Amino acid sequence: MFYREAGQFRTTYAQDTQLLPLREDRVGMAFMLIIAFGVIPFVASDYWLSALLIPWLILALVALGQNILMGYAGQLSLGAAGFMAVGAFACYNLILRVDGIPFVVAIALSGVCSALVGIVFGLPSLRIRGLYLAVATLASQFFIVWALDKFGWFKNYDVAGVITAQQIVIFGHTFATPQEKYWVVLVIVAALTWAAKNMARGSIGRGWMAVRDMDVAAEVTGLPLMRTKLQAFAISSFYCGVGGALFAFAYLQTVEPSAFTIELSFRILFMVIIGGLGTILGSFLGAGFILLTPIFLNILFHAIFGKAVDATITSALEQVIFGVMIIAFLIFEPHGLARMWQQTKERLRLWPFPH
Amino acid sequence: MTMLDFQFFIEVLVGGLLSGLMYSLVALGFVLIYKASGVFNFAQGAMVFFAVLSFVGFMELGLPFWGALPVTVVLMVIVGMATERFVLRPLVNQNENTLLMATIGLAFVIEGVAQMVWGVDVRRLDLGIKDEPISWLADKTGVFVSQLDITAGVVAGVMVAALGLLFSRTKVGRGLRAVADDPAAALSIGIPLKHIWMLVWAAAGVVALVAGMLWGARSGVQFALVLLALKALPVLIIGGFTSVPGVIVAGLIVGGSEKLAEVYIGPSFGGGIEGWFPYMLAVLFLLIRPEGLFGEKIIRRV
Repeated sequence: MFYREAGQFRTTYAQDTQLLPLREDRVGMAFMLIIAFGVIPFVASDYWLSALLIPWLILALVALGQNILMGYAGQLSLGAAGFMAVGAFACYNLILRVDGIPFVVAIALSGVCSALVGIVFGLPSLRIRGLYLAVATLASQFFIVWALDKFGWFKNYDVAGVITAQQIVIFGHTFATPQEKYWVVLVIVAALTWAAKNMARGSIGRGWMAVRDMDVAAEVTGLPLMRTKLQAFAISSFYCGVGGALFAFAYLQTVEPSAFTIELSFRILFMVIIGGLGTILGSFLGAGFILLTPIFLNILFHAIFGKAVDATITSALEQVIFGVMIIAFLIFEPHGLARMWQQTKERLRLWPFPH
Repeated sequence: MTMLDFQFFIEVLVGGLLSGLMYSLVALGFVLIYKASGVFNFAQGAMVFFAVLSFVGFMELGLPFWGALPVTVVLMVIVGMATERFVLRPLVNQNENTLLMATIGLAFVIEGVAQMVWGVDVRRLDLGIKDEPISWLADKTGVFVSQLDITAGVVAGVMVAALGLLFSRTKVGRGLRAVADDPAAALSIGIPLKHIWMLVWAAAGVVALVAGMLWGARSGVQFALVLLALKALPVLIIGGFTSVPGVIVAGLIVGGSEKLAEVYIGPSFGGGIEGWFPYMLAVLFLLIRPEGLFGEKIIRRV
């Protein structure tokens, strides 16, 4: 009823290959973008922007990077937070040491730094796979955070341990309020999401998926295995690096190695799994779910127990519920939130005559 | 190298080897479950924490040492069986990633429950074995080796020997190996798959308790024990996911080299390389032998 492709014919190749072939999708996407750019920044409070929406967008970007590596190219990795740290510190040092570097260039270059590191740590993937590879990527996580902590140059010999991130300055304008930061993050995330969607459905993405499904067979059909795998590592780390730089500059306002722990890597992993492996939409849904659930539980417990119960008990209870939800999710919908959305769309298409 | 240097070297090496055996104990729980059900149980660290915290908790409630021990063993068996029943059985035939995620979720639950029931305070566990050097050895050779470390090493050895016997000599062990080889075939010839899996999870729970008691006695019963699971990972991949003796050898390699690296190479990098050295070592091993030292050869067909 609301959502159907009947009567929409594709008569040219351009129409056939466009990003959103259905009119309903195009309208919906335009509507969402208008709301995201034009409505939310004006109606949402500063708390909503800086504590929920900005981290949501940034983590969705990182989850997208993780999804490229894990969902599309099939390389299980546990080091996303390490690559985020590379991005954050690269951005800090670029702005600090290169006079007058534009912020956007610094962000892009920090993504490139992260991609280079990603290629180095992706090299073992040529020989090992699966869980063994996951443990190998743990090496990158621990090594990167250790190196950033131990070598003073990265932190500009700061002894306090917590470095304040520089201001975001673009074309001479300082983006200081949550509203302005939200716009910066939104533009970058939207552009990179568009790029990811196109990569995923183009020949690059098909290469990744071939490697994921059966790498030996992919190689036999003439796909350069080394290049494809390292490409996935590089692009994934690029996304993580940009996400990490934004995480430090637009969300935390500080640059510190301790923000990029193994727990963050796990959370990003959860986002990808809960959202849906190998889907762009899933990265956003998963990031929202993992970010919002603990906040929601916290508010809920405050409302129920107030101050009557010890905070350590409620936080432990939150953890238990979070864990149970994850397990339940995996049991009942192992393909993630993106699949649920797809099924909803399918129902909408047939409604109100489901047969 | 002077005599004193040599003694110091031996001390570092022996200390490292023995703490490596304690990693092996944690890794053993992983191997048990992976061997029988192909699940990479990330919650093993949480189980270690939960087990020893419960043990100490029961002792605080007034149970004597030998009273708390069986109670905790029973508790861990129940936890293991419940895990199998409510988490893994509904997930049979899912892919590796999903199972891994489920066990990470399980780790959250177990850690949360442990802290909810027993609180978050750091506790001390006294096994009656002192973390002090053995005096006669120190007098004779000048090498200081902790009694607790030696005990841990012996316990690890005994556990591995016992599990090795269980796997190779008993009927249950034969069933376990059959299930590990091919669950469907094992099921079709009448091996009770569900019972075998429950048994393995229960055994992993008990192994977790033993590992937890030794670690708890050494470094206090605290949340940081959960991170042990991560240190057990390099041990696991160097040894190969499916090999019980491999775990011991790999534990020795990781423990020994980690301490030596920290003491002899660490200072030139500002220290703290213990945190990542085992992982790098594991990667190097994997580049040469992708299936680990004792793992089954990975055969891939197209």
